[in-house]
Amino acid sequence: MSAGIAPVSLARERLNVALRSSTLIAGLAILTFWIVCALLGARIAPQDPYADNLLATLAPPSPAHWFGTDQLGRDILSRVIVGARDILIVAPLATLLGTVLGTCLGLCIGYLRGALDDVVSRVIEAVQALPLVIVALMALAAVGTSNTTVVLVIGFVFTPLIARTVRAAVLVESDLDYVAAAQLRGDGALAIMFIEILPNVLPIAVVEMTVRLGYAIFFVASLSFIGFGIQPPSADWGIAIAENYSLIGSYWWTVLFDAGATASLVIGVNLVTDGMSSVFET
Amino acid sequence: MSAAPAASLERPDALRIEHLDVVYRIGVRELRVLSDLCLTIRRGESYGLVGESGCGKSTAAFAAIRYLARNGRVSGGRILVDGRDLMALSPGELRRLRTQSVSMVYQDPARALNPSLRIGRQMAEVFEAAEGLGPAASLERAAQMLSRVQIAGPERVLKSYPHELSGGMQQRVIIAMALSTNPALLILDEPTTGLDATVEAEVLELIGRLHAEFDNSILFISHNLPVVARMCDRVGVLYAGELVEEGPAASVFREPRHPYTVGLMRCIPAFGRRKNHGRLSTIPGFLPAPGSVVGRCVFEGRCGNATERCAREAPPLVDLGGRLARCFYPERAQDLPRQSETPAPPATSAPAGTSAPPGTSAPPGTPARPLLRTRNLSKTYQVSGKSFQAVHQVAIDLDAGETLGLVGESGSGKSSLAKLLLGLSVPDGGSEIEFAGEALPARAHDRTPAQLKALQIVFQNPGSALNRSQTVRRLIGRSLRRAGLFGRARETRLRELAASVRLTPRHLDEKPRQLSGGLKQRVGIARAFAGAPGVVVCDEPTSALDVSVQSAILNLLVELQNEQHVSYVFISHDLNVVHYVSDRIAVLYLGRLLEIGPSESVFSGPHHPYTEALLSAIPSLEDAAVKRIRLTGELPNALNLPSGCVFHTRCPRKLGEICERQEPPLHPAGEGHAIRCHIPAAELGQRSSSRVSDRSS
Repeated sequence: MSAGIAPVSLARERLNVALRSSTLIAGLAILTFWIVCALLGARIAPQDPYADNLLATLAPPSPAHWFGTDQLGRDILSRVIVGARDILIVAPLATLLGTVLGTCLGLCIGYLRGALDDVVSRVIEAVQALPLVIVALMALAAVGTSNTTVVLVIGFVFTPLIARTVRAAVLVESDLDYVAAAQLRGDGALAIMFIEILPNVLPIAVVEMTVRLGYAIFFVASLSFIGFGIQPPSADWGIAIAENYSLIGSYWWTVLFDAGATASLVIGVNLVTDGMSSVFET
Repeated sequence: MSAAPAASLERPDALRIEHLDVVYRIGVRELRVLSDLCLTIRRGESYGLVGESGCGKSTAAFAAIRYLARNGRVSGGRILVDGRDLMALSPGELRRLRTQSVSMVYQDPARALNPSLRIGRQMAEVFEAAEGLGPAASLERAAQMLSRVQIAGPERVLKSYPHELSGGMQQRVIIAMALSTNPALLILDEPTTGLDATVEAEVLELIGRLHAEFDNSILFISHNLPVVARMCDRVGVLYAGELVEEGPAASVFREPRHPYTVGLMRCIPAFGRRKNHGRLSTIPGFLPAPGSVVGRCVFEGRCGNATERCAREAPPLVDLGGRLARCFYPERAQDLPRQSETPAPPATSAPAGTSAPPGTSAPPGTPARPLLRTRNLSKTYQVSGKSFQAVHQVAIDLDAGETLGLVGESGSGKSSLAKLLLGLSVPDGGSEIEFAGEALPARAHDRTPAQLKALQIVFQNPGSALNRSQTVRRLIGRSLRRAGLFGRARETRLRELAASVRLTPRHLDEKPRQLSGGLKQRVGIARAFAGAPGVVVCDEPTSALDVSVQSAILNLLVELQNEQHVSYVFISHDLNVVHYVSDRIAVLYLGRLLEIGPSESVFSGPHHPYTEALLSAIPSLEDAAVKRIRLTGELPNALNLPSGCVFHTRCPRKLGEICERQEPPLHPAGEGHAIRCHIPAAELGQRSSSRVSDRSS
């Protein structure tokens, strides 16, 4: 039926779908909120997130401290706002690194095939069989933990996962005639991979990236919780949960708001992922 | 089935569509794809619905079983199947109607069968659902149905999975399933479009026979006019969602009364027509967007007969005595001026000279040597330990400016041969490919830029051939850059090239998805011609296109050949098309050359028995009741080739043991004409004509 329909540019049509997708809008709203918190941090926090007040430790939520205070009497609302920063730097950077490396690797093995593909694909399968947290823990224990090493380790751990998805898409593209046409024109493998095929698999890589971002946030929070992720004195949510979870029975507010913040961020990212995939399907 | 017809004296019409409007919701817009469609299919009648893609044929079919796409909606009118109003049925009644009164056969049999269920299971389901039979009884009925559709050894087929059957066999299974419940109405949506000509002929014959036997009504949807002419009692022509003409098939095709029908019929290359007889007719312009034409005739923009009145008011369907036409001037329809696009603008006439300074590609004035020459060209694939010869010792010579047509059923090795020539797959050792007297490296990767430029391809599927993320400018421009053009020179050449394939500058900034199939194919052609090639392989370049677009593309290819003296290897399953464009024709069967020779000799005979069968399978408008030579059986499994002559298992003229033991050599049969058969050429020539009439009973 589409033969006679007046052509509309793809970008424009996608924008229309995006604007009508309530999942995407809701997800973006949540994400924007946390990004604003991460960017402005201490400037919008009602109180100094790092200031102890030993006279008001473990105070329940009240008009003075909306989310209560922690063991050192620090304002939890302020700490939750400021705590968005590190995770929103580390997780996206790690995902980006994994996506870039994974896309390049997927393009190479998917287009070149042969022995390279056989070997790399087996390695990828082997990596996937291991629990990723354990792999990351061992790597971090070996190289020492810092925001940079967390980014690198999670990036490398994600690379094979993304490579696998991209490879599958590249296999489909490689069978299309435009690739043969490029070969007949004399284009080299690099040009065919990065100029011809890459733009067509990019939507898949981008959707995969947002899926991974949700995992990455969870991953970073888990690592921080067990002490191998973001390090104190950061007001990171994972650290806060680790410091206070033993108090959860009597002082629920010390854990609940940080946990809720982590959860809402993951949910926000997942909503965006769902919205994006429906946009790219058009 | 049982309760309804008791009340009325006469059984109701199988399908009655009254003033049907169907709209599709696209984004926020609603597009009207069918408007005011009225048609009636009487009991036992076969009705053909024809038109090009996008005209609403399939929408009409899906509306008739109330199975429109999710964004589609019947916005007006009534549909009565077997006398029952489809829109008034409850879900349960609708389900019963679909199981008992109406069946549908789709275009692609492979996608209509569940790949993970055996045929027996799938067929038995029909009886279990429709008649409540047990599994054993259902299987028995399935076997009976299979023998009614002339499947030999139904037990074996019942135990097979769909992928183990050939396309023709799958389609027969589907037809058997559709007829299982003896429906009042059978809808066939392009049932033979994906099949080879010989198989198509066989399936059509089967449908015709079953129609007589079961006496159900048929709605036959096709873009192929000769097929409809052969199969149907009455025919309706759809254009842009409107029925523009309807009447008895014989009179509509003999004396069409609507200019669109006239145009469509003229687009089909007539049997025996050649490129030097002149250009093919086309229908200029494009199908209007659905619902965009209001208050005037839908065909007005493309009609050579249109007058002011056609632009002012929409013509009604006029009754012309037993037939209808939606035109103010039905009597003038056949005087429609012949239209073929204007010849190329002069700016493009000398691209080879201006653009390719090295001049290595097409050496003019060396007629002694063929431009492209293959000897011993073979390709063997290893499939699960067995070897499979896709191409076997093919020897072909191609002169400059010549077109070699390559014909054969699917699986005959046509496309494999094309890939070998282009270097996209590597031939077996001992194969030789020469271009302009020089041996060509086997792999495209190892060829020099000049050699690459010299050998190009136009692909079958324009959708897959163009990178969807690039604009037309970039698509063609990248090839020009390879040809050593930069900056202003490249832009100038780009515009010339685009103009020579009739793309306007506006198209240059569009992406493939914004172009129609025909325009995409033009971009593909422009890309192939970017480096002033010596040989262009055209791999079924028009099989994905509508007939009116096909004729425009064929005209373009012929014109480019006249201008640039390029050679074509033209692959097609449509023999009329091959005959139109080709100077010489090669017939392939299971990777072997069975016959090669000048077009005229191959068509007029003596022919190889296989060529003879292919020729007789061509459906034609002129002679609807063609006498046919039927090929028995299916293409043999390529993994297990027949001994001796590969064709002996299906050959209607098999001599005897010699055919099974010894592979015949290519015997000369006239000038430049050779046939691979044990029967002497003289005898083939004598018997071919009488043979055709022998079978007329």
